[in-house]
Amino acid sequence: MDRHTPLPAAIALSGLRKRFAAGGTLALDDVTLSVAPGEIFGIVGRSGAGKSTLIRCVNLLERPDAGAVQVLGQDMLALDEAALRAARRRIGMVFQHFNLHTRRTVAENVAFPLEIAGIPRAAQREKLARILPLVGLEAKRDAYPAQLSGGQKQRVGIARALASDPEILLCDEATSALDPETTQEILALIRDLRGRLDLTVLLITHEMGVVKAICDRVAVMEAGRVIEHGRVFEVFTQPAHPTTRRFVAEVIGHSVPPSTLARLPAPRAGEVRRLVQVVFAGPASTRAVVSEASRDFGIDINIVSGRVDEIAGEPFGVMALAAYGAPERLEAAFAWMRSLGLTLTEIEP
Amino acid sequence: MTWLAPAIQDLLIEALWQTLAMVGASAAIAAILGLPIALLLHVTSPEGLTPKPWLNRPVGLLVNAARSTPFIILMVAIVPFTRLVAGTSIGTGAAIVPLALAATAFLARLFENALREVDKGVIEAARAMGATRLQIVWKVLVPEALPGLVAATTVSLVSLVGFSAMAGAVGGGGLGDLGIRFGYQRFMPEVMATVVVILILLVQGLQSLGDWLTRRLSHR
Repeated sequence: MDRHTPLPAAIALSGLRKRFAAGGTLALDDVTLSVAPGEIFGIVGRSGAGKSTLIRCVNLLERPDAGAVQVLGQDMLALDEAALRAARRRIGMVFQHFNLHTRRTVAENVAFPLEIAGIPRAAQREKLARILPLVGLEAKRDAYPAQLSGGQKQRVGIARALASDPEILLCDEATSALDPETTQEILALIRDLRGRLDLTVLLITHEMGVVKAICDRVAVMEAGRVIEHGRVFEVFTQPAHPTTRRFVAEVIGHSVPPSTLARLPAPRAGEVRRLVQVVFAGPASTRAVVSEASRDFGIDINIVSGRVDEIAGEPFGVMALAAYGAPERLEAAFAWMRSLGLTLTEIEP
Repeated sequence: MTWLAPAIQDLLIEALWQTLAMVGASAAIAAILGLPIALLLHVTSPEGLTPKPWLNRPVGLLVNAARSTPFIILMVAIVPFTRLVAGTSIGTGAAIVPLALAATAFLARLFENALREVDKGVIEAARAMGATRLQIVWKVLVPEALPGLVAATTVSLVSLVGFSAMAGAVGGGGLGDLGIRFGYQRFMPEVMATVVVILILLVQGLQSLGDWLTRRLSHR
């Protein structure tokens, strides 16, 4: 998995198990993951998949029942309370509902981690003067959280998480309470800060769009297990697990609108019609796949829709095809397309 | 107050001071004792910072016992304790003891509720930042709960004004006692009416002051 990363992992989780109630289901069921220094690693899953528990195991807000947690080379589970507090200062955390102190101003909120670390006032002020401009909040330093928009509140949350110069940033659904435009702003900010501050970012989300926008690698969780993980581009263009496919479909897939479907011609006698989504990536994307298939397999292909998208600068194409022909010929044509490295997914009408 | 004889006027002013002394002193004692009890109940509760059922249950039970005893009975029941603390069981000073006890139990519960209202997320954030338990209590829990704590204190001040009227039973004096002795037992409706009006104004004043302070402290 980390064949290109000679550096030790920033976060290494192995064999994590956690059960909240005796006899209940496993929130974490043998989870092993490692996050390389400097990368943005996303964990995606529905609510209840265990991702929230997983991210809390990194700074031990939750203690796993079994397994190992290594952060920045430290065995977290072996630390005593004081050492754990020191370790937590190197791990910033951003929350879905911001979790700001309502009775502290922006500046006082951001200074909180410095205050509890016993840093003198003068040094705190210096730090604030450096950190507030990074998130664009100098003008709001004396405002209370209730006077801020959601995006501004999350900027405060990010500034606070970064105040103690952490090497790791944990984002717990950091954009889930924000509107789409603000989400993009906050994601851009996180990506920008990662580069500037040499951060390693571990984020959890239920939105595949977040993963597509900023993650380098992704793990998909379901029922306490990691069901698939890898580089975001590969997971998006060649999802292996059905759940992953559904997640990917939210972002790049397009189910054909029913009105369009109604207008598609019906298959002739002895023929069938199948609707598939095809993702082109890599070398096969330059081949004339549609006309080759049509010619070599004697089938008709109607391109219902198509577009080109990119993930982290790598382009890929997505097409929705309506293919007509004898069932066995369609099957053969699809098998041939798959053999070229294309990803085909049946579109349920 | 020309509708009252000068002698009654003097009694009224004395009674007002007695009420203020009883309410003020017992509320102050209750706030000082109630907050640590509330913090103890909160942090040792099952969802608290350090769950300790063996400590939480007995303390909770004690608070409930004090709260469920009718004040007039509590006042008489603890006479030996009152004598131990105040040196006497009669007078305004002695009345403060049962008042403070009842108010402490009452306020401890109200404070506990105010602490429970604090957003768990802010506490979790503080834990994630490496705060100690003590820092979480004094830098997060109490400051965030402050408007709620002030609102709870207001409620208990108003209740104490009511309780203090019963203090006449142990010779505690105060407005309620004056109203009973002169207004009711001596058939002086003008005294009763004046006492009631003063009590209404007192309660209104306390409530408005408390509301104003709560609003000022809250930044929601």
